Amino acid sequence: MQARQAAHAYLLLLPAFVLLVAFTHYPAVASLIDSFYSTPKGARPAVWVGLDNYQQMVGDPVFWKAATNNLWFALATIPCSIGLALVMALWVNERIAGRGFLRMAYFTPTVLPMVAVANIWLFFYTPGYGLLEQITGWFGLPSQNWLGDQRTALGAVTVVAVWKEAGFFMIFYLAALQSLNPSLREAAAIEGASRWYFFRRVQWPLLMPTTLFVMVNAVINAVRMVDHIVVLTRGGPDNASTLLLFHLYEVGFRYWDTGYAAALTMVLLAVLATVALVQFFVLDRKVHYQ
Amino acid sequence: MSAHAAAATRLVYNDPGWIDTVAAWLLALLWILPLVYAVWTAFHPTEFSTRFVLFAPLTLDNFSRAWAAAPFARYFLNTTLLVTMILACQLVLSTLAAYAFARYEFFGKKLLFALVLVQLMVMPDILLVENYKTMARLGLVDTLLAIGLPYFASAFAIFLLRQTFMGIPKELVEAARVEGASAMQVLWRVYVPLARPVYTAFALVSVSFHWNNFLWPLIITNSVSARPLTVGLQVFSSTDQGIDWSIITAATLMSSAPLLVAFLLFQRQFVQSFMRAGIK
Repeated sequence: MQARQAAHAYLLLLPAFVLLVAFTHYPAVASLIDSFYSTPKGARPAVWVGLDNYQQMVGDPVFWKAATNNLWFALATIPCSIGLALVMALWVNERIAGRGFLRMAYFTPTVLPMVAVANIWLFFYTPGYGLLEQITGWFGLPSQNWLGDQRTALGAVTVVAVWKEAGFFMIFYLAALQSLNPSLREAAAIEGASRWYFFRRVQWPLLMPTTLFVMVNAVINAVRMVDHIVVLTRGGPDNASTLLLFHLYEVGFRYWDTGYAAALTMVLLAVLATVALVQFFVLDRKVHYQ
Repeated sequence: MSAHAAAATRLVYNDPGWIDTVAAWLLALLWILPLVYAVWTAFHPTEFSTRFVLFAPLTLDNFSRAWAAAPFARYFLNTTLLVTMILACQLVLSTLAAYAFARYEFFGKKLLFALVLVQLMVMPDILLVENYKTMARLGLVDTLLAIGLPYFASAFAIFLLRQTFMGIPKELVEAARVEGASAMQVLWRVYVPLARPVYTAFALVSVSFHWNNFLWPLIITNSVSARPLTVGLQVFSSTDQGIDWSIITAATLMSSAPLLVAFLLFQRQFVQSFMRAGIK
C-alpha cells in the first residue's frame, strides 16, 4: 500500500520534473562544466582549459564595467522602487481623493511589456525634441543626450526600471496593509500617536515579512532585467550602461563564445545562490515577529 | 469601539492631508505620463508628434501604417498561441506535482520539493546559453515550442498550488473517498474546484509575464513564423522605421493593447490576483 502510494506520487511528479531537470538543473550543472572548457570552433571540439575562462573574465574590462554598473543599478533600483512602493501603498490604503485612479496609474507600468514601454522612454529621452528635452527647454536648461552620454546613460535606464517596478511592489505592500488588524490603528489613535510614530513603531515592523519578500524579488530583478537595455542603449555608449546579463547575452549570442558565456553564467548563478542563502539562513530568522 | 474613538481614528489616520493628496496625484501623473505621451503621438499626424496643440486633428493613420509595415497579425497569433500553450501546460503539470507534494508521503519528498524551489531563484532567463544548446540539439530553434518549453514546469505554480491544496480540509477528501472516488477523481472534483481563485490568480500573472517576455524569445527565434509580439516590435522599431515615432508608438500601443484593455476592464481581479500570488 505504502509502496503503491509512493509510486503514484512519483508518477504525478514525473512530467514536471523531466522539464525542471532539463531546463533548470541540467543547464546549471552544464554551465559549470562548460566553464572549464574552451569554445568549440568549427571542427575543433571543446578542450579542457581549467580556469582559463575565469582568467579571461578577470582580465575583461567589460565584465568589470558590467559588474560595477550592475551593482550601482541594484543599489539604486532596490531602495528606490521599494521606498516608492511603500509610499504608494500607504497612500492608496487610505481614503485619499481619486484612490481608484491613483492605484490604476501606479500599477499600469507592471502590465505593459518592458520592450514596448522602453520604446516610449526612448522617445522621451530623444535629444532635440523628446519630451524631457522640451521640459528642460522651458526652464532654459542646456540640451542633454541622456542615453548617449556616458555620465547619464546608466541613470536613465535605472529610472525606467524603478518606474516599471514600483507599482508591482506596491501591490504586495497594499495586500499586507489591508491584512493588518484595524484595532491597532484605533489603539494608536486613542493613545494619540502621530502618524509617523504609528508607521515607524507599528506598520513598518509588521510589514517586515513583506519587505523581505519584495527585497528578494527586487534583487532577482536587478540581475534579470535587461529588456530595456536592449531597446534603450544596447549597453552603450562605450559600455556605460551594460549589465551582467546583457554582457552574457552579447558574449553568448553575438560573439558565440559559449565557454566564456558559461563562466559568466556561473557568476550570475553565484549571485542568485547567495541571495537564496542569505534569505533562508539570515533574514527568515530575523523577521518573524509573533 | 466608542463613537469617540471612531472619530479619533478617522481624524488622525484616515484622512490624508492635502500635501499627501497633491503628492500622490503628482506621482500618479508622472507614472502615466509615458503612456499618455504615447497615446498622443499615436493618435495624431506625424507633425504633431512632439507639438502639443489642444485641437490637433486625430487620426488612426499611424495604426494602419504600422499594421501594414510589419506582419503584426502573425505576431499576435504567435503570442496568443504561445501564452495559451504555456498556461495550459503549467496548469496541468503543476496541479499534478502540487497534489503529490500536498497529499502523498514518499521517500525524498523534502529533497524533491527543494529541487523545485531552486527554480524560483534560477529562472530559465539566466540559463540562456545552455538552453539554446539543448534546443539546437532537439532541432527546435525558431519554433514556438522552444520559447515555451523552459517555462512549462513552473516552480511558482507548484508552490502556490501546494500551499492551497494543503489548506483544504481532509474531511472533504475523506467524504469523497467514502463515496468511492479515486485519487484522481478527488483531485479533479475536490481540490481543483476549491482552488479556482488561485488558478485565476496564477493565470493572470502567467499570461502577463509571458505576453511581455522578451530576451529568451529574442534569442531562440529568427523568423516571422515564430516571433512573438515583443520581439516583432523590437525588430520593427529598431530596423524598419528609422525614427518615425508616430508609427513606432502606434505599434507599441497596439502590442500592449490586449493586456492594457484587459487590465483596465478587470482592474480589481488583476490587482487581487497579483496580491494573492504574492502572499505566501
